[in-house]
Amino acid sequence: MKKENIISVLEGVTDPEIPVLSIADLGILRDVEISGNEIIVTITPTYSGCPAMDAIQQDIRKALSINGYEKVKINQVLSPPWTSDWLSAAGKEKLEAFGIAAPSTSHSCAAGGTGSDSPDHCPHCHSKNIEMISRFGSTSCKALYRCLECREPFDYFKCH
Amino acid sequence: MSPFSTYIIHLADNALILGHRNSEWTGHGPILEQDIALSNIALDLIGQSRNLYQLAAERLNSLSPERKSITEDDLAYLRDSTEYKNFVLLEQDNGDWAKTILREFYFSHFQLLQYHGLLNRKDPGLAAISEKSIKEIRYHVKWSSEWVCRLGDGTLESHARMLNALDALNPWIPELFIAADYEKEAAESGLALDPSALYEDWLSMVNTVLANATLPLYPPEKKDAFSLSGKNGFHSEHLGYILAEMQFLQRAYPGCSW
Repeated sequence: MKKENIISVLEGVTDPEIPVLSIADLGILRDVEISGNEIIVTITPTYSGCPAMDAIQQDIRKALSINGYEKVKINQVLSPPWTSDWLSAAGKEKLEAFGIAAPSTSHSCAAGGTGSDSPDHCPHCHSKNIEMISRFGSTSCKALYRCLECREPFDYFKCH
Repeated sequence: MSPFSTYIIHLADNALILGHRNSEWTGHGPILEQDIALSNIALDLIGQSRNLYQLAAERLNSLSPERKSITEDDLAYLRDSTEYKNFVLLEQDNGDWAKTILREFYFSHFQLLQYHGLLNRKDPGLAAISEKSIKEIRYHVKWSSEWVCRLGDGTLESHARMLNALDALNPWIPELFIAADYEKEAAESGLALDPSALYEDWLSMVNTVLANATLPLYPPEKKDAFSLSGKNGFHSEHLGYILAEMQFLQRAYPGCSW
């Protein structure tokens, strides 16, 4: 059993709500350990009530099982708390291409960070002329915005 | 049950009962975006309550290893109303949008201060939950404060409804800041927080917003007049109805799980 191989399997596990992002891109996957013949996967929830966590655990087991890894333990940790800073650069690009504005890359969103909590631009036409519709969107991790140039509404992955 | 275990359950019950109340708006919000907003807040609160019940269950199991181990579900679904330790404020009926908003506003400010205070107490499990929850509650505070201003400084009708909401909810506020015996004991051993220490900060935060909203301020003199003490298990009639709905499935089909 090689850790790299296991990680590459887990990189194929995507978020059920945002299928363009893997759990590695999202920063949900915190650690992989091999202990004897058991694999210990450590994950952290984005938000306390994120309903995707149960589905993600099932998907992790399924992906590993298909690849022949049967003995799997999944630990869920809360500390340090997940922050959108852990979204990988590749993940942010994938989000934008999918039509979801990503949190700004120039600031930290973690506790004490100075991250401004609004998107830089519309993910469709890149205009900076945007307005917030609601602080809460279709999932816990998103807010709802509207572009005042192209008039399209869009999701914003919150600075958190 | 140790004072600290009871305290964790008190925190969990607060989050669960308000989460349940807020979730009653799902599908009934005034407009879709706000329906989604309140549903998201409900989800955050229920998620926080799950983390707290898990922490309480772990503690209870490790303190009494000889007893059959319990889970978060036992704590949420198999306790009766006198065992619930949530604030009476949180079980009140939703009323109109103004009353629901005002309750979220009052409680999210309280929760923010409480969890901040718990960050440097002695229990790492509770500190981790607090740190995680604070990030979510900051959003609840912002959202509900914006609504308090919009309604208070809005139309004659929305202003009048906020005045009604203040009348309906203010009597339930003193309970938040009067420590229960288990709370005092757990605070003295460095695990919990005495809520009376949060009052001044809470008052100044909510009154800043109420002033902006052209609403009467929360009266600063603390009223210790007789009122129910939900954190000690004395509840209004509303809690029983919430539990009847929430616990029905588990009571009718004992042990069923997803």
